[in-house]
Amino acid sequence: MTDQHSQAELVRQSLKARYRKERRFRAYGIIAIAIALAALVTLFADIIGKGYTGFQKTTVTLNVDLDGEIMYLDDATDKRQLKMADFVEPLVLALMKEIPDATEADRDAIKDLINPYASVTLREALEANPGWLGTTRTMTFLTHTDVDVYVKHAGDEGYSIKLNDQQKAWVDELESRGIVDTSFNDVFFSGGDSRDPSKAGILGAVVGSLLTMFVTLALSFPIGVAAAIYLEEFAPQNKFTDFIEVNINNLAAVPSIIFGLLGLAVFINLFGMPRSVPVVGGLVLTLMTLPTIIISSRAAIKSVPPSIREAAEGMGASKMQVVLHHVLPLAMPGMLTGSIIGMAQALGETAPLLLIGMVAFIVDVPNGFFDSATVLPVQVFLWAGSPELAFIERASAAIMVLLAFLISMNALAIWLRKRLERRW
Amino acid sequence: MTNMNQTVARETADQDTPVVAVEASKPAHGSVEEGKTVGKPFSDKAKFKLRDVEVFYGENRAIKNISLDIARNEVIAFIGPSGCGKSTFLRCLNRMNDSIDSCRVTGSLMLDDIDIYDPKRDVVELRARVGMVFQKPNPFPKSIYENVAYGPRIHGLANRKADLDEIVENSLRKAGLWDEVKDRLDATATGMSGGQQQRLCIARAIAVSPEVVLMDEPCSALDPIATAKVEELIAELSESYTIVIVTHSMQQAARVSHRTAYFHLGNLVEVNETSKVFTSPEHELTESYITGRFG
Ligand SMILES: Nc1ncnc2c1ncn2[C@@H]1O[C@H](COP(=O)(O)OP(=O)(O)OP(=O)(O)O)[C@@H](O)[C@H]1O
Ligand SMILES: [Mg+2]
Repeated sequence: MTDQHSQAELVRQSLKARYRKERRFRAYGIIAIAIALAALVTLFADIIGKGYTGFQKTTVTLNVDLDGEIMYLDDATDKRQLKMADFVEPLVLALMKEIPDATEADRDAIKDLINPYASVTLREALEANPGWLGTTRTMTFLTHTDVDVYVKHAGDEGYSIKLNDQQKAWVDELESRGIVDTSFNDVFFSGGDSRDPSKAGILGAVVGSLLTMFVTLALSFPIGVAAAIYLEEFAPQNKFTDFIEVNINNLAAVPSIIFGLLGLAVFINLFGMPRSVPVVGGLVLTLMTLPTIIISSRAAIKSVPPSIREAAEGMGASKMQVVLHHVLPLAMPGMLTGSIIGMAQALGETAPLLLIGMVAFIVDVPNGFFDSATVLPVQVFLWAGSPELAFIERASAAIMVLLAFLISMNALAIWLRKRLERRW
Repeated sequence: MTNMNQTVARETADQDTPVVAVEASKPAHGSVEEGKTVGKPFSDKAKFKLRDVEVFYGENRAIKNISLDIARNEVIAFIGPSGCGKSTFLRCLNRMNDSIDSCRVTGSLMLDDIDIYDPKRDVVELRARVGMVFQKPNPFPKSIYENVAYGPRIHGLANRKADLDEIVENSLRKAGLWDEVKDRLDATATGMSGGQQQRLCIARAIAVSPEVVLMDEPCSALDPIATAKVEELIAELSESYTIVIVTHSMQQAARVSHRTAYFHLGNLVEVNETSKVFTSPEHELTESYITGRFG
């Protein structure tokens, strides 16, 4: 009896120690997660804080007098005349009208407030509506990048403002009257790269990324899954397959730039494929993602319970039928998840694409797999390395777009796994 | 060829110390001579004629020179202590051992007049004739209907939907499951109770009208009520099928089988009418086992 008592006492004491240990362990876990979360929040806060202005553009709204005399244009349907005509003058005159104290001497300073591409916008508008000639129109144009930077970052140490004091005063005044204004930056989403930050957009890079990803997915998913099925289900167990297995695992750890070198040597130099095109980018990224997809697909196949396999074999299903009817459907969620994660890696990859020339300055949005293109991370790389500070905020904005893509891909992977997961 | 294999095998088995150790650690309840089976291992209505069967897992000889006939439309129960080779021997009957790389089978195994282990023979045809039910219910994670229809489909037994429907209904009726599931044939099979799942597996096995059904401890994962249902089912099925059942429950063997075979360390010690085995076993080892002195 006493013996039992003392034993219960001992157990109670050891329990206390155990609880303490468990509490401490839980605290460690919470601290680890808190650190990770803090790092993540800092990262996001920094990127968003720097980059959200990239989603804004600065515009100036002008009453443009489309006077044929001033523009040297008497027929707006005549292509040749349109080419020769002066579209800068009406803009400068319209802006000067908004700045009453401006004199003829200030003409150049005022001209510098308008975006160099504004005249192109005006010409295109007139080309589309020849009837506008001779009327006065209220139209909105991009301001010069220097104005854009001043409006967004006045008082920010990190940015050097290139406007002189008089220009600053004009912009302040115009802004207070709502003539100069900031709005959502649709140019950023609808244009390709440009030397002028306020004209630069990510559409070219996004389309380039999509084309490249399409090639990567179309090649690496079927090849990866087929390789995994063969290795897991049909390959004999011998030294040779062991060797292959080891090498697949090694390939997964090879730095991606090596794949870029390989792509350069094989696809471009040996096969003579063009540089900077999504097809070659896709091929290189396929090489890079294949090991990931093969490894995750094999894990998915391995996790199919042997009892299901046995049941099918017992029914007289052939090896092929077992694989197609039972193993593949059950392994598919795992394979898809692995592939999406592999694709997400590929989407964020820069180094190998630099080597195959996808780092070129490309203004046009690519139209096909053989058009020169760049991809999102490379676009970020290009902008982040640019000396012009206005590009930095665009780089941050592009990073946000890239992160949005990556996060939605990972969310898709999680959703797929939850959705297709079956219990047996 | 076969003989040579056996000689080699016996030599290796003689060096097989673990087996000897196991034997030595048991109290001596009698000994067994390899290849010698007491009782009535042979039958004149043989469905299976199995002669000098040996099974190796690598170097390990799991089945030692067993000869046995399994008669048409009989229910034969395999009993014996754990690890004695019941499952191994059962799985030879439809070559389920094929998928184990290290497994090698020698001897002559005939189903009617075909050689089961003829390397030219496709296991697909064999497995259509010899179906199998496993220890753990293992329905496919598909609908109840799809589970039963799977066999007929891959063997091309039904070309029209109506034929398939009929096969599914008949099989489920035979398995005593029709009334329970007829309203939810499209529900997934994994949502059923364990007993229902096992009966579904039986329905799935008999959907291809096999001649033999092998059952490896079909009730070990089931509660007594579900077990009773499966046993009832076995009794009914025995009218049209030959059934080989492995079981750890002596009562079950006594209830469902006509003949009982007692295995011990890879040897077939005794085969006899079930009533005889359980009332007056001829071999000392059998007696020790059924009286629960070891197991
Ligand atoms: N896949 C395998 N690989 C190697 N050895 C095996 C394998 N399966 C079974 N064995 C060996 O063969 C012998 C017989 O095993 P088996 O599964 O046939 O026994 P059993 O009588 O069915 O036992 P239980 O009643 O526990 O199911 C055992 O010694 C076991 O270790
Ligand atoms: Mg067993």
